Amino acid sequence: MKHLKNLFFLALLIIATQLGAQNNAGLKLPEGFKATLFADTIGSARHITITKNGVVFAKLMYPNKAGKSIIRLEDVNKDGVADKINGWGNYGGTGIYVKGKDLYATSDNDIYLYQLNEKDEVVNPLSPKTIVKGLIAKNQHASKSITLDGENNVYVNIGAYSNACQEKDRTPGSKGMMPCPILDSAGGIWKFNATKENQVYGDGKRYATGLRNVVGLDWNTKTNSLFVMQHGRDQLNSFYPSLYTDAQNAELPAETMYELHEGDNAGWPYVYFDPYQKKKIVSPEYGGDGKKEGGENALNPTVFFPAHMAPNALLFYTGDQFPAKYKNGAFIAFHGSWNRAPLPQEGYFVAFVPFKDGKPSGEWEIFANGFSGLAGDEKVTNVRKVKSRPCGLAQGPDGSLYVSDDARGSIFKISYTK
Amino acid sequence: MLEGQFLKLATLNNNLIKMLNNTLFNFIIMMAKQLSVVCFFILFFTIAASAQDLVKGKKIFETRCLVCHQADGGGVPNMNAPLDGSSNVVGNNIARLVKIIIGGYSEKVPLDGYYYNNVMTANPDLKDADIANVLSYIRTSWSNKATKITVAQVQAAKRKK
Repeated sequence: MKHLKNLFFLALLIIATQLGAQNNAGLKLPEGFKATLFADTIGSARHITITKNGVVFAKLMYPNKAGKSIIRLEDVNKDGVADKINGWGNYGGTGIYVKGKDLYATSDNDIYLYQLNEKDEVVNPLSPKTIVKGLIAKNQHASKSITLDGENNVYVNIGAYSNACQEKDRTPGSKGMMPCPILDSAGGIWKFNATKENQVYGDGKRYATGLRNVVGLDWNTKTNSLFVMQHGRDQLNSFYPSLYTDAQNAELPAETMYELHEGDNAGWPYVYFDPYQKKKIVSPEYGGDGKKEGGENALNPTVFFPAHMAPNALLFYTGDQFPAKYKNGAFIAFHGSWNRAPLPQEGYFVAFVPFKDGKPSGEWEIFANGFSGLAGDEKVTNVRKVKSRPCGLAQGPDGSLYVSDDARGSIFKISYTK
Repeated sequence: MLEGQFLKLATLNNNLIKMLNNTLFNFIIMMAKQLSVVCFFILFFTIAASAQDLVKGKKIFETRCLVCHQADGGGVPNMNAPLDGSSNVVGNNIARLVKIIIGGYSEKVPLDGYYYNNVMTANPDLKDADIANVLSYIRTSWSNKATKITVAQVQAAKRKK
């Protein structure tokens, strides 16, 4: 009898393990795609980047239990799961980007440059070069995301330390400041030389302004231009209950993608983009009533998405592994909303937008879902109980797509097999 | 004869005492009954009023706090601090709680080992009773089982700078 019982549990264990391997690490993917749990509980993994040899680097928001904040992951036996993991660094941050043997990583104030050897191991873990220092970080929207172009320039987001540039931040009835003084040193993308050391604000250039907070950004090599995903403003209805209902608050404003060129302005804090009217609407802090249009000189979004989903990573797919429709299209990791409460939350997935000739060529769609760990189509209502929150994206040398998560600290590897 | 008279008197007296006793007894019973009714009403109104305070506290929570701290009081990791299970919320530093509700919060200090980087809106317009009610609500909701907060405690907290 006892043997039978043991046998039963053994059978259950085997079935569970088999299911684990077959269920794509819990993700829901389009036909033909498979996922493995490349790494788990490595720490609060924000952005990730991958070398030509397939070595993955992850930047952690806080040092993990081992006290490391940059994690190097290698899949030596090529089974889709990292088997050689180590790390260094003692500072939290979001940005990480590898170009050849140059590995860039950010704290909330600085951009550092590490050197990799031929095995993609870090040469100078304790003594990186400081490329940029002293960027503004005032707690709110303090994380710094980076990407590089093909001409030795690094682009860094400096988020606005404010929701809507009110005289008193997030205070009902407080007016928007005119002009918004935050825009001098934040609320935009700054461009710096990628190799010059110890640069400060004066050495760089405000490349684009009017962006409340960008976490996901990528250089599009087809258009040779920078694309960013903005986190739209919060709390329209909390502060202006007479102008906006709970339901409107949940849907306004859109999360927006912009293609940026030098000198561009995306309109924050003066206007926001309404996905229903498909217009730039004057912010209530600046005299708007939910209908009045503004921002004549501000950009229109390239693509817009439902509100508050928090796009934390953007990646233009240049690989050959995925079917043709994905080539040069945009993947966006949506960290997932909180500001839609009391209504159910949205996001917690990776979306895809097809592109042709540098422009969106179709509607956006959900590419990978199921990160929240909830069954079926159940919506998130308790944010703290969400299992994984997509935060970073990177493309492997074989064309696989990697997704990092800063809640559980996992990295998923998504591949296509015919 | 005299004896008989005396006996009569004694019986009368006894009866009188009995009657008096009965009356006193009845009176005590009656008083007790009334008292219990009064007690019951006092208790009822206290409970009802206390429940009413929590209802008012819940209302304030839903209109001002829920959007960030979430319906389950769990907050949002790294952004908005949780109220459910928070050592601050169920702790004894009432002055700190009152100060945060009135003045908002934007400092970067860890709470139970985690950092939260969103800015909390100030609520300078809340009355002392509102503050007591909303504090009582968040201290006794979800898994929280701390004491309720009285208006007097809020006023004492405000005097403490």
